[in-house]
Amino acid sequence: MIECKDLKKIYINGDVETAALKGVSFSIVKGEFVAIIGPSGSGKSTLMHILGALDSPTSGTYFLEGKEVSKLDDDELSELRREKIGFVFQAFNLLPRTTVLRNVMLPLLYSDTTEKEREDRAKICLKYAGMEESKFNNLSNQLSGGQMQRVAIARSLMNNPAIIFADEPTGNLDTKTSHVVMEAFQELHRKGHTIILITHELEIANFAERIISVRDGAIESDVKKNIQ
Amino acid sequence: MVAMDILKETFWSLSSNKVRSGLTMLGIVIGIASVITMVSIGQGAQASIATSIQSIGSNLIIVRPGAQRSGGVSGGAGSSATLTMDDASAIKSEILNVQAVAPEDSRRSQITARGTNTNTQVVGTVADYAIVRSIAMESGIFVTDQAVKSSAKVAVLGATARDDLFGAGSNPVGQIIRIKNVDFDVIGVTIAKGGSGFTNPDDSIYVPITSAQHFITGDTFVTTMSVAAVDQNSMVAVQNQISDLLLKRHNISDPLQADFSLMNQADIIATASSITGTFTILLASIAGISLLVGGIGIMNMMLTTVTERTREIGLRKAVGIKKIYINMQFLAEAVALTFLGGFIGVALGWGASLAVTKFASIATQISTSSILLAFGVSAGVGILFGFYPARRAANLSPMEALRYE
Repeated sequence: MIECKDLKKIYINGDVETAALKGVSFSIVKGEFVAIIGPSGSGKSTLMHILGALDSPTSGTYFLEGKEVSKLDDDELSELRREKIGFVFQAFNLLPRTTVLRNVMLPLLYSDTTEKEREDRAKICLKYAGMEESKFNNLSNQLSGGQMQRVAIARSLMNNPAIIFADEPTGNLDTKTSHVVMEAFQELHRKGHTIILITHELEIANFAERIISVRDGAIESDVKKNIQ
Repeated sequence: MVAMDILKETFWSLSSNKVRSGLTMLGIVIGIASVITMVSIGQGAQASIATSIQSIGSNLIIVRPGAQRSGGVSGGAGSSATLTMDDASAIKSEILNVQAVAPEDSRRSQITARGTNTNTQVVGTVADYAIVRSIAMESGIFVTDQAVKSSAKVAVLGATARDDLFGAGSNPVGQIIRIKNVDFDVIGVTIAKGGSGFTNPDDSIYVPITSAQHFITGDTFVTTMSVAAVDQNSMVAVQNQISDLLLKRHNISDPLQADFSLMNQADIIATASSITGTFTILLASIAGISLLVGGIGIMNMMLTTVTERTREIGLRKAVGIKKIYINMQFLAEAVALTFLGGFIGVALGWGASLAVTKFASIATQISTSSILLAFGVSAGVGILFGFYPARRAANLSPMEALRYE
């Protein structure tokens, strides 16, 4: 379902050119749980932004479900993210002073759904992500880190995405909460979702079944585990 | 659907950040209210100055007889007796833009009333005098045309003359005063108005001009004529026409030999217009500075709040919301804030002007143009600086916006 060939990304800052990706090729099939691991500055985040349609590559091709993403403009990328992609960020990125429910409903704003449909869907997603119903009307800034990440996971599920991207989802959490959140991802994986996880911790990457290791803008190793 | 979503989202966004929305609105409220209040105080002052000048009578032309000459010796202006009642009625009937003509035949006399006496100016005149000299009545009535026609022996007292003859604050209407051994019935008292530059109108006694001629002066001449033009603009034309008319009536071909002279309050008019001009400049600068300060305040609030929300814009983009909807929402928020703040500001400015009038006794005048200007500039600045940074943020890639600090 993901097919990328020779992806390159060059950042130009004044006269200095920095190559963040130096030609990356791989493919991911539906239902996989992939961890992209690498130290900071390795280009893993740049790779995820390109895969997540948040940024365009300088050169190379990227097909998502048979659609060439590298040629889309800003609004078409938005459309793609809205239809196929869910995001979970390290900093949670919830709207402050806004209820849990409204936060989760955000991706369906301006779509052809009624307020009621959105609310129902948000409740389903929140339960799916393991959020207690009593917290649905709490303000987002009154939650603990683990709860915020569950809300963010619920939000990423709202559009029933083909792929869920998780960018250092445990970066701001303690070890115990990290494991709880990772188990939630494993649960989603068992239910058939495709998940791409970005992390720099091997321990977290081990929750996935395939680990792509990135260093200096190139793939260093690509290992599939078969635990089950 | 989309419109509804934008409205709801705007409402939620503004109401879930009450402090931020409140502070932004406060900037707009104060900007608008201060402009409206300042301008209303300024215009009130301008109007009250104009009214005071009007009450002195800046549209007044005084016609006096010319100098009496005997063998090259001039008796001074006003010493000859050349103006008549007929001249007065001719001026009133033949010249355009004349509001009122008040001939007078005045002389100082000794007046007695119930044991007291005083020496003051007795002004024989007609009903129009009250219009020309802006005389208002404290009690009773002024000399009427009827009284003039019938040479009635009636008198109207100036406030000071009343105080001298009957005691301060008394109401002598119906009492009798004696001028040159003739009894006059007191029919009214005027309101004190202070000096007017020519004579003290409060220390005068007014009688019908015909009565004055019969019983007091014993002549048929007019010592002065006061002519009121309808407004300041027609002064010059009226003055020239009076001059032409009187030269013709008196059979004089050379204007230099005229047996009368004309005076007006041109210097007062000049002062009035220069004061009014200064005030206009003062008002414009007050309004301009208030608008500038208010506008910068609004600009700052809008720029900071929207820039602060760059991450939020990034998130919205990341979850797949299109640029246009983000732009529309921020535009809607800016419009909502500026209009709500604008209405409160107009109401507050209005209230403050009324309060200034009520408690500080300063006249204020609220003008529609100041409201429109203040509202327009504030709304324009608010919307521009609410929308522009949001638009810029929405044009960033979602990741850049999310990382924005």
